[in-house]
Amino acid sequence: MTTVNQQTPTPEEEEAQGALARYLHLQKAEGLLAPLITALLAFLIGGAVVFATTKSVPDVLQTYRAIFEGAGLDWFLPWNTCQDPCVPAIKLEQTLLVWVPLVLTGLAVAFAFRCGLFNIGGQGQYLAGAIASVIIAAELPLHVDLSPVPLVLLCMVAAMAAGAGLAAIAGFLKATVGAHEVITTIMLNWIVIWVGTYLFGFEGPLQNDQAKEIPVSNNIADGAKITQVGVWGHPDLQGLPWISLGVAFVALVIYSLLLNRTTLGYEVRAVGFNPEAARYGGISVARSYVLAMGIAGAFAGTAGALDVLGWKFRLDTTDFSSTIGFIGIAVALLGRNTALGVGLAALLFAALQTGTSTRNLDPEIFPPELATPLTIIIQGLIVLFVGADIVVLLLLRRLRRGRRAGAAA
Amino acid sequence: MSRFGERMPQGWKAVAWAGVAVGVLAALVVLPPIGFRNPVAPTIIGLIALTIGAGSFIRGERRVGAYAMTAGVAGFAIGYLATRSSVDKLDAVVIWGALFASTIRFATPLLFAALGGLFSERSGVVNIGLEGMMLMGSFFSIWGADVTGSWTLGVLIGLASGAVMGLIHAFFSITLRSDQIVGGTAINFLALGITSYLYVRIYGTQGTPSEGLSTIPDISLNFLYDIPPDRLGGFLGDALAGQDLFVWVGVALVFAVWIAVFKTPAGLRLRSVGEYPRAADTVGINVFLTRYAAVILSGILASAGGVYLALGFINSFEPNQTAGRGFIALAALIFGNWRPFGAAVACLLFGFSSALAKSLQEYSLSVSTLFEALPYVLTIIAVAGVIGRSTPPASIGKPYVKQ
Repeated sequence: MTTVNQQTPTPEEEEAQGALARYLHLQKAEGLLAPLITALLAFLIGGAVVFATTKSVPDVLQTYRAIFEGAGLDWFLPWNTCQDPCVPAIKLEQTLLVWVPLVLTGLAVAFAFRCGLFNIGGQGQYLAGAIASVIIAAELPLHVDLSPVPLVLLCMVAAMAAGAGLAAIAGFLKATVGAHEVITTIMLNWIVIWVGTYLFGFEGPLQNDQAKEIPVSNNIADGAKITQVGVWGHPDLQGLPWISLGVAFVALVIYSLLLNRTTLGYEVRAVGFNPEAARYGGISVARSYVLAMGIAGAFAGTAGALDVLGWKFRLDTTDFSSTIGFIGIAVALLGRNTALGVGLAALLFAALQTGTSTRNLDPEIFPPELATPLTIIIQGLIVLFVGADIVVLLLLRRLRRGRRAGAAA
Repeated sequence: MSRFGERMPQGWKAVAWAGVAVGVLAALVVLPPIGFRNPVAPTIIGLIALTIGAGSFIRGERRVGAYAMTAGVAGFAIGYLATRSSVDKLDAVVIWGALFASTIRFATPLLFAALGGLFSERSGVVNIGLEGMMLMGSFFSIWGADVTGSWTLGVLIGLASGAVMGLIHAFFSITLRSDQIVGGTAINFLALGITSYLYVRIYGTQGTPSEGLSTIPDISLNFLYDIPPDRLGGFLGDALAGQDLFVWVGVALVFAVWIAVFKTPAGLRLRSVGEYPRAADTVGINVFLTRYAAVILSGILASAGGVYLALGFINSFEPNQTAGRGFIALAALIFGNWRPFGAAVACLLFGFSSALAKSLQEYSLSVSTLFEALPYVLTIIAVAGVIGRSTPPASIGKPYVKQ
């Protein structure tokens, strides 16, 4: 179809691309501005909820300040002096502990996005990784004598394979029979949840040998624990998760390099922009779908392994109801599917999560039992507005196009 | 419309249906009243069903052939497990009347939500926010009944909350043209946050009131017990006599939705908007208005599922009460190929799987858990096209831009 101006697609072409494609096209356009506005808007409306609870404006500001301090972010403020034990540092450690899986599940959603796929199965892939690593770390040392390093590596590889395999099912079904990946990944999420509940639940085959009255897995072997002694803060407390942090940073770098500097990444992005054009250009769209989902699943699976080996040390059936994989969607959307964006968005969500936890939020300022629902509301608002920020971008573009047309005439 | 004779199963299709029957028989021979105590019988009969199914599958009757194979395997599994359990336990698990009553109770919330999803998706708007809309209905119906002291007002308040969620979803996905899946995800987050917040705020740690709460009444059909013979009357009475009003509303709704979507001009408009909005627009159908109406109606129906769950079935609310039922409803809609009767059958099947899981808890907790995963496995098989493809409306997920 020929149009007067090759640069601007007709509304019909825009429609044919679908919202996701337009989103991908525009996501680079406005950089940091739109996500910032989105987050601010969400916190503003979240503030209305806080106001409804506390009934005064200064208290709203106090609450947000308490969340900020509950997340340990005041550690970064240069004028903040810190006694021993350094409370902000301890809280920041907890935030970083949450940051790691959010980065990885965020990358799992983002990588699939760049291939034009909506991976809603981060939750299932995360849990598949957690289940695989807990099985190996708890059961294998009973039969084989392994030193810590190979054991941990084996757990990580198994978790990546589990996540990748699960996600690749969705990619394969999309590539071969065109089954929509949103449907298949939702179904796979629930299958993993129930299989996990079967394995570690009451009377399950892998339920804890010592404690038959609680639905948990066996504890992992000491050799498989990758926690570090308290480098920061108090020696009795959870230390800074150096290894997990390292893995998350490496994952961010790998994500960026893989997408921008390899043939595979080029093909994935080409398919994401326009599968028909990519096919015409000789790229195997089916292969890209399966690989993109597989790599995405490997990211999420790694997150599951790091949580199990880093601080959970066993899996509880209540762990299956966590929403970490779904927050990954919000992270990827807010981070605009770039490595830097995902890192920053994950920090925002991790801080929100830790800052509103019962342990860290000052109960004098905001009732902690209301804080978790508040966090979920803010997360929902961010997702809602992030989905709509395409409107902001489209409006900006319309304005510019109008100005260009005016200048030409 | 094809003539009636053509719609009867013929050839391999008839053979495959016979295979399904044989598969069911494999499970029946070990259960009361027949009660074989030997695993050989269900194994042989199950194998026969599997063979018949595979035979007709290969010869082209894929859908029903696969049903027969599934029935064969499931019949064998149930039969085998049953012969290995003690007779007492088995009687506790298999009380047919109670099992059917429980199936209906589990299927009804799914049915409302699936029919809601049908309107939205038939109009071309993906709705994965069904879960959140149900949850809103659950909380607000209990809260409404508690505050006003009347279950009718509770139901209305619950439905209104679903309508508001539908309106939000419609505004973002139709007017603002944001991604519909992102919007649905946001709806689920928001509903979980809002209902948990209000629950803690209003009811704290005490839970919702159980004393004196006005709930949706049960419809007493005790005459069913008098139907001869006694066995049949007892079964019908156990299964249907004490069901909630909303169960029957749901049954009526299946027919109503079928007529509305497939037999009226409005339904034709709805479907045309979902299949090819440009063409619909050209002949003067208001695409935006149709989609808005469909998505809001979808919110109302989905919340009705939550209303039944909280105010008809459980009679209380707890945070995240729906626990994934909205997603099973979505699965039922897809499994039922976006058709009211198909979705209803899928809801009954998934409800049966939940009911069986619940009653199997007496026998084995871990085996019962696996039954909970069955709906999702079946849906993946359905969308993978192994048993006849599920085909979504052509324009689903695409926002419409008016020219």
